[in-house]
Amino acid sequence: MSGVPVGWYIALSAALFTTGLVGVLVRRSVVVMFMCIELMLNSVNLALITFSRVHGNLDGQVLSFFVIVVAAAEVTVGLALIVNLFRLMGSTDADDPDRLRS
Amino acid sequence: MTGVLAQAAQGAPGEVVGSTAEFWVFVVTAVVALWTGVSVIVLRNAVHAALMLVINFFAIAVLYAVLEAQFLAVVQIIVYAGAIMVLFLFVLMLLGITSETRFTERVRGQRTAAVLLGVALLVLLVGAGAGPYLGSDAICPAQAGSGDLCVGLQARNNNGNVAGVGRLLFTTYMWPFEVTSALLVIAALGAMVLGKRHRADEDVTDRPPDSAGALDDDEDTDVEAAGVRGELVAAGDDRPPGREERP
Repeated sequence: MSGVPVGWYIALSAALFTTGLVGVLVRRSVVVMFMCIELMLNSVNLALITFSRVHGNLDGQVLSFFVIVVAAAEVTVGLALIVNLFRLMGSTDADDPDRLRS
Repeated sequence: MTGVLAQAAQGAPGEVVGSTAEFWVFVVTAVVALWTGVSVIVLRNAVHAALMLVINFFAIAVLYAVLEAQFLAVVQIIVYAGAIMVLFLFVLMLLGITSETRFTERVRGQRTAAVLLGVALLVLLVGAGAGPYLGSDAICPAQAGSGDLCVGLQARNNNGNVAGVGRLLFTTYMWPFEVTSALLVIAALGAMVLGKRHRADEDVTDRPPDSAGALDDDEDTDVEAAGVRGELVAAGDDRPPGREERP
């Protein structure tokens, strides 16, 4: 056995994406759901970089770089929102904020 | 990195260019990534899940390096494992949430449905996206010369991966890059605005000092915190005063 076929990288990326998706659907804690979103973003990055290698240019890596930047911005705002949610509700359970106004 | 691995493999007689080293690195890293990824959603303790996610990021960084994206491998470690996860752990420690309190699912059979849907999606993605390329003819270095795919990344990385990505970033993708800087500034401002404390009555963490002082004891902080939280949950059930006066 030598070398790794491209499909294996894509399959790993798909498996990680599915893991993150199931995590978002199953977990109740908002913070863990957020971590699962990060997992999904990472799996997409892995697929992008695999395609970048397949096509032999760096465009996929640049796009992946942008995804990382957007993820950083998203985490900043999202965690601030989670802290605010915890201040209001006293928990980070995703089922708790079920009213539009308190 | 792959060049180095390929050279190491070329040293061995009768070896194809696509190296066994890459294969074993992939197998070990993929197992680690999958294991930690599943651990993130299985572990009850949120801090443990976060630490598992850090290991997952490191594994993916190794895969980036194998895929000849050295710059992104380092960025992955610095930004994700360094900055983002520290932010996550800060919030986890700050809020004192370690484990989920409630295990009941609000929608019946949600967990089973989610896992079934996940398996279906996985089959779909692997079958449609990865299926045609699982064979040994899809190994990239072995294909060099036979098609126009999988050739040329080495040439573009000639001056180093950082120089290649940087040149592309500052020529072709100049405008998105500038927009990105605006996005980061806006995100920082938004986090500042959201993190600002409004002294409102319903603020849970801004309780008067007499109830907050109980939390300062070093011992049995957990018990006290649980007590405060239980009281809050109880108060949430029968609508605390101050909420009813609102129109």
